Amino acid sequence: MNTYSVMIVGVGGQGTLLASRLLGNAVISAGYDVKVSEVHGMSQRGGSVITYVRYGEEVHSPIIEKGEADLIIAFELLEAARYLPFLKKGGKIVVNTQQIDPMSVVTGAAEYPAGVLEELKAKADVTALDALSLAVEAGSSKAVNVVLMGVVAKHMEFTKEAWEKVVEETVPPRFRELNLKAFDLGYNV
Amino acid sequence: MAKKLLLGNEAVARGLFEAGCNVVSSYPGTPSTEITEYAATYDEMYSEWAPNEKVACEVALGAAIAGARSFCGMKHVGLNVAADPLFTASYTGVNGGFVIGVADDPGMHSSQNEQDSRHYAEASKVMMLEPADSKECLEYTKKAFEFSEKFDTPVILRLTTRVAHSRSLTELSERADVPVKEYVKNPQKYVMMPANAIPKHVVVEDRIAKQIELFETDDINTVEYYDKKIGVITAGNCYNYAKEVLGKNASYLKLGCVYPLPEKKILDFANECETIYVIEELDPYIENHCKKLGIKVHGKDVFTLQGEYSQALVAKAILGETKEFDGVSFDIPRRPPVLCAGCPHRGLFYALKQEKVTVSGDIGCYTLGALQPLDSIDTVICMGASISALHGRNKVDPENAKKSVAVIGDSTFIHSGVTSLIDIAYNNSASTVIVLDNSITGMTGHQQNPTTGKTIKGDPATQVDIVALAHAIGIKRVKVVDPYNLKETRDTIHEELAVDEPSLIISRRPCALLKTVKHNPPLKVNKDKCKSCKMCMKIGCPAISMKDGKAEIDFTQCVGCNVCTQMCKFDAIEA
Repeated sequence: MNTYSVMIVGVGGQGTLLASRLLGNAVISAGYDVKVSEVHGMSQRGGSVITYVRYGEEVHSPIIEKGEADLIIAFELLEAARYLPFLKKGGKIVVNTQQIDPMSVVTGAAEYPAGVLEELKAKADVTALDALSLAVEAGSSKAVNVVLMGVVAKHMEFTKEAWEKVVEETVPPRFRELNLKAFDLGYNV
Repeated sequence: MAKKLLLGNEAVARGLFEAGCNVVSSYPGTPSTEITEYAATYDEMYSEWAPNEKVACEVALGAAIAGARSFCGMKHVGLNVAADPLFTASYTGVNGGFVIGVADDPGMHSSQNEQDSRHYAEASKVMMLEPADSKECLEYTKKAFEFSEKFDTPVILRLTTRVAHSRSLTELSERADVPVKEYVKNPQKYVMMPANAIPKHVVVEDRIAKQIELFETDDINTVEYYDKKIGVITAGNCYNYAKEVLGKNASYLKLGCVYPLPEKKILDFANECETIYVIEELDPYIENHCKKLGIKVHGKDVFTLQGEYSQALVAKAILGETKEFDGVSFDIPRRPPVLCAGCPHRGLFYALKQEKVTVSGDIGCYTLGALQPLDSIDTVICMGASISALHGRNKVDPENAKKSVAVIGDSTFIHSGVTSLIDIAYNNSASTVIVLDNSITGMTGHQQNPTTGKTIKGDPATQVDIVALAHAIGIKRVKVVDPYNLKETRDTIHEELAVDEPSLIISRRPCALLKTVKHNPPLKVNKDKCKSCKMCMKIGCPAISMKDGKAEIDFTQCVGCNVCTQMCKFDAIEA
């Protein structure tokens, strides 16, 4: 197969790194070559964060450029808009409709744009959901990442059982049950 | 053994383990930090956080001279700090293998400059290897120890952000059994005074000549011939970008060793191919070497000197190809990093803003105090410079001392702020210095340091008492404040600015992200009491926003620090 490119975007602190680890582990268990690229350090502090996951027979570059992503998983609405140019023509977006104001919006220097979701839908194949509410339902607002991976799982080739095994193996044992519930809620959206 | 998906830094740590390395000493710095964090998970190696990179480098060199395989890791600017031992370690050579890991940050994801460490290898005449993915991170780490012992030299392992922070499949092996070598006293080799160093310089030059000879044939520099119309000379992650874009439509010379560079191998490759492109991030380092050999190459005439490269950048420069993409029709507000909700630095910076002082800043999370709305930092240069630069400023303009401060984190203070504070005490500068003590090295992701009372493994350790240290070096006025208490913090700063002698304020409150910190329940805004005055917005807390004309607190972020409660004149923020 050709290299499949997934971008996971969000706001630092939302748990995008765990999502990329789940996806990475899922594709290895299916026998693919894979590269995952993350950003650590300063930009984790409430800034815009991106993780790239690429898999296929042989993956060279670990990053994704404009017009190359098959799938964008956005943890926040504005971040989906920010990285729309990275989506390939005909690519998919899974977006959490949660809105987190950037500091320029908090201070009043800028406004959070209106009609973001409508415009995304006009330009791409979009699945939108309120992942925060589902995460809270599962037991923790921090489980947004696993809810979203549940949604994504539905769009990918691996079985639900394979995904659940990856969730069990990737998260700490004491959060296993909560995360499996979060995954299930996402999967059944 | 099985293949695992390892982070580049994790693969270097695994390489250290497999190579039989005994001692690891480092100072954290993005993007190098995880090498040492992962190394510390292996009980077979002694690992530590050192106060700074110079100390770490000397610890590792000492261990190597004693006969053990040893390692120190740092970010690119850390190598500036460790440059002093590096240049002389090149002369002394080693006994057990000695490897220095350095991670450059093209694109400056988390750095204050974009320097290219390859120049250090050439300047110090120390061999430098550069892996392109996690698999090579592991292999090259092991090779580095072999080369170090074969040529009696330190070896630098250079990573870049994308290699250090990308995961790829890596094959693991067992740990090699490498006994610690015997140390034999040898002043001609290890005592670097002129009489011994003069003959050692001859040895160094001879060593480089022998290394060049080896690298003409060693398989660390690989040649792949496909279509010969385009020949690519490259190293590190740029090889992956070239391979993705050009595949078998080009031939490749991938340099696994970037210093010293082979000559014949490069000339032979250039003679085989029609048009040569050198693809390398940052400076034209390989390009200049090719030009010196008389080879006509394309390099920085088509590629940029700035930032990270990508497959798109390579495709555009060589093939003139670009991909189609779509964007949104509206402007998207930028989202730079911010001080976290509950960050103890917030209260301190707000107090500094109220006092309208000039702030000499430093390197850490608190550099974010420079951003709106706190906007409370005037300068940031390098680790420790806050204190010394303030002292310099105050000597030029003594009146400035009454309206300026330095701010520096606990880890940065220990790294290189202590000597600057001694300068202030010794040369009687009426400067006010504030140590932001959040009980951890924050920005690099929570590493222990000499002020936290714990080792890298979390075991109890001797804890530097900053108050006693300040007294011992001659600072008489030392105050400790809680930055969650806005009035106390501001009053103390006001008081210390007024005095005509050196003073130190310790703004002490643990990082809100520490797992050991107990949070209060999230606060709520009483919408009936909220007068929409936006005073609570002045502290730049990411958990507070205006919704439908009233303040609102995001329950997923708020940790109940109560700094905003002190801002509200109408008691609208409630527990």
